[in-house]
Parts: sequence; structure tokens; C-alpha cells
Amino acid sequence: MIKTEGLTKKFGPITAVEDLTLEIPAGEVFGFLGPNGAGKTTTVRLLTSLIGPTSGTARVNGYAIGTDDTNIRRSVGVLTETPGMYDNLSAERNLQIYASLYEVKDPQGQVEKYLRMLGLWERRSDPAGTFSKGMKQKLAIARALLHEPHTVFLDEPTSALDPESAHLVRDFILEIKKEGRTIFLCTHNLDEADRLCDRIGVFKTHLLVVDTPTRLRAQVFGRKVVFHLQKADEALAAQVRALKYVKEARPIDNKILVTLDDPETHNPEIIRLLVGSGAGIQFVGELRHSLEDVYLQLVKNS
Amino acid sequence: MDKIKTIILKEWAEVFKNRFVLFTVAFLPLIMTAIPIAILVTLRGEAGLESVSSEMPAQFTAFCPADLSGGECFQVYLVSQFMIMFMIVPLAIPATISSYSIVGEKTTHSLEPLLATPITTAELLVGKSLAAAIPAVLATWLGFAVFAAGAWILIPNKALFAAILDLRWLLAIFLVGPLMAIMAVNLSVMVSSRVNDPRVAEQISMVVILPVLVAFFGQLAGLFLINRQLILATGGVLIVLDMIMVYLAVRLFQRETILTRWK
Repeated sequence: MIKTEGLTKKFGPITAVEDLTLEIPAGEVFGFLGPNGAGKTTTVRLLTSLIGPTSGTARVNGYAIGTDDTNIRRSVGVLTETPGMYDNLSAERNLQIYASLYEVKDPQGQVEKYLRMLGLWERRSDPAGTFSKGMKQKLAIARALLHEPHTVFLDEPTSALDPESAHLVRDFILEIKKEGRTIFLCTHNLDEADRLCDRIGVFKTHLLVVDTPTRLRAQVFGRKVVFHLQKADEALAAQVRALKYVKEARPIDNKILVTLDDPETHNPEIIRLLVGSGAGIQFVGELRHSLEDVYLQLVKNS
Repeated sequence: MDKIKTIILKEWAEVFKNRFVLFTVAFLPLIMTAIPIAILVTLRGEAGLESVSSEMPAQFTAFCPADLSGGECFQVYLVSQFMIMFMIVPLAIPATISSYSIVGEKTTHSLEPLLATPITTAELLVGKSLAAAIPAVLATWLGFAVFAAGAWILIPNKALFAAILDLRWLLAIFLVGPLMAIMAVNLSVMVSSRVNDPRVAEQISMVVILPVLVAFFGQLAGLFLINRQLILATGGVLIVLDMIMVYLAVRLFQRETILTRWK
């Protein structure tokens, strides 16, 4: 788990991370979104004890940054944004080196386990420099997990990967989520964040908002329900709008778009009203804004 | 200790696959060993040495053992010049290796994952330093052993052999050499903190060779004589310099500095 309070990092006059207060429970996949230069990588470096904070505190897996740095590094795995390998050495040798540095009890067993899991076992003797970008990324993920860390920091794990490799990496992230690890995922891929993350934090030097993707949509755009009717008009929309919990209702073609906070509770009553008014309901669905819309709105407002 | 060993073995596995580094490590000691041996071969039975011996600096003539002839004394003088050149080996090899091992990690982006492991900064610095210094010291010692063996074979007069390979050589090779290697490594670490290209780091680090060249040409010109006292004094100065440079390198070689300023 991760807990920060007022975590701040300044480089001279520049504030990279400001007053970050955050709590990520064990087993959660937390998406950390933000534009380039927002301070995401600095945050990862702070939380992995690679750099020290200017002020504030943080605990990772129960260890405090600044005082338990070695224990933090022992208990976390990091996939850096540009994960370099030792290109002249074989994939297996690369992992053996890290298994040794992470004091892994069964180094060869762990190396084999992750090379097999990520489909690299057959290429284990090849120099890492001969690998494609996707294979290198998989090797770097294996490196981050060799020591079975409780918390894994993944900085842009699928950036510049082809769709097939990206899909494989995303599946792998879901696999390790099932093992109960906490995953801190920095990504620009909002669709990926939407699919993988339990909660999302939008960050731009300071934390703008933290919530589940669904609640973020509701928070930014409100929840919208679309009633597809045989015929929709302004009179029908006005009847819906008259309900006290409806924030907005407007007709669009043969649909009525209704904004409300709690569709699960209020949809049945709206349906009863529409049926009572003689509107033929074809189907009802929730209008989902993409996470990209949410993100752009939040960053724009900041 | 295991982590230091892992770093050393990793460095050697990586760095020695670089042909340029391998060439420097292998070729330099070879040349520095071959030249004095070639001189000994050339001077064997050379009749005209007695006449040129009068050209030697006066302090060297006084220093030369009394039981040697003028020609033999000249051989000692000539070969001893290369004792100084031999000192390039423990300076150049670590400068080359550490330039590639530290700046190389920066350019290949493998430094951050390495720093994210539980390895301590001291273990990492010691590992990288030893990985650069050990081959240099071993190459120096091996080159010296080959030279000594060659001299033993080529010089029938064992008094001349003892004069050529006297305590000055032993002090230079076994005391000054390792101290110079430590200095070169630490200088490379410091230089690496400010540059991004291994070749630039190496070129700047090679500045450490300049004092050796000054000593070589200074003695050749008769400005001073490198005797035991001077070698011991050099050793003493190097110990102090090394301590200062180790302190500075450790101060500079911090995770945060490396990640945020080594760009």
C-alpha cells in the first residue's frame, strides 16, 4: 500500500510535485494520469526512494521514504519509462543480475518463471540488444517482478508497443493484479487506464482529482441516460425535466437525453412516466463519456 | 559483498564486449611491455654505449651502481624511462572502463533500474570502481611480470638486471600503480557526472596521463631524476589525493544527483 501526506519535491525554483496526499490500498490498480512534465516520473522516483522529498511524508508497503529506503526498494518493482537493458548480455543473464541484486532466494527458478510467463524462454540465450521493443519491454517487466514485490510501479508500460504486445502486457497487468499486488500505473493511454484501473488520479504538479473512472465521469459530466423512443419531442422532455431529481432533459432526434445523479434509483420512475405518456420506449442506455473527455476537461480546468 | 561481486562481473561482461575497451586493456600493456624489452634486445652487445653514457644526466650517473660499466649504466637509464611510461597503464585502462561503464549506463537508460534495486550507493560505487581498477592493476602487474621475465632472459649480467629492476620499479608498479588506478577511477566518476558521451568522458579523464608525460620528458631532459624518495613522495601525495577524490566521488555519486543531474 502507498500513503503520502503533503509530499512535495522542488528542484531549485521549480516545483515538480506539490502537496501530494494520497492513499492507495493494497491490491489496487491506481492509474496516475497527467500531461508530459506534470511530475509523474518524479512522483514514482519519490515513492521508490530514488530521490528524497523536499517536504511531506510517504510510506510504501509500511516503510517510510527517507528512513527505510532499502526496504522500500526491496519491496517494490519498477518499470521505468525508458527501461534500458544490458544489450550485450543475454535475456537470462540480465535477469540473473537483477535476481542477485534483489537477493532473490531461488534466482534461477524466478528467472525461468518470468521468462516463461512472458513468452521469452525460448529466446533466453539471445542478447537483449537483439530483442524487439516489445520483447525488451516484456523483459523489463520480468525484471520488475523477479523479487515478487508487493507494489509495482509501471511507467508507460505499453508506450510505443504494437497492439498485440500492448494487449499482452495489459493482460499481464491484470494477471499480477489477481495476485493481490498494488499497481501504480503511469500512462497516457486513457483507454488502458479505464480498462485496468480501480481508481484514477489526475495529476498536474498537484493532484487534481482521485476517484473511480465511473465516478470521475459523473463528477465531470454528470451521469446521462439516453431513452430511445419511437418519437421524442420537447413536451415529453419537459415532463421528464419536471421531476425534481432530473438535472437536465432534452430531446435529440428520437431520443431524450436525461442528466441525473442516480440513474439506478430513478430510471424506473422515468420509464413509468414515459410509458404513461404513451412514448414507445425502444431501449435505455447510459451515455458513457470517454475517460479522455474527462481527462481533457480536468486538465483544461486546472 | 555479493552485490559488489555481481556488479563487477556484470561490468566486465558488458564492458569487455566493447571492442574499443578491450583493445585499450589488451594493447596498451602490450606496447608498454614490448618497448623496454625491445630496447634491451637492441642494446644487447652494443659496443658504442660506453661513449654515449657520458650524455646521461650527472645525478643519474651518481645514482648508478658502482659495479656497472658506463654502457650498462646507460641501459639502466634508458630502460628506467619506460618505468614512467608504464604508469600510463593503470591510468588509461580505468579511465576507459569507467567512462564506458558509468556514462554507458546513462546512455542506455539502464542506470535507473539499477538504482531502484536495494543495492547501496557505496556498493554500486565500489563495484564499478573495482571493475575498472582491477583489470588496470592486473594488466600493469602482468605487463611488468612479462617485462621482468624478458629482462631476466635478455640480461646475462644479474647485477645489471638488479639495477634495472630495482626497488624503484617495484614501488612504482606495486604502490604507485594501484594508487594511480584509484585516482583515474574517481576522476572518471566525477567527469561522468557532467557528460553524456563515453568518448567525451574518456577524453577528459585521460587528463590524468599528463603528469606522467611531464615526468617522462622531465627526466629525459635531465630536469630531475625519479628516485626512490620521489616515488615514495608521489605515493604519499597520491594517497592524500585519492582520499580527497574518493570523498568527492562518493559525494557526487548519489542516487538523486545521478538521476536528476546526470543528463
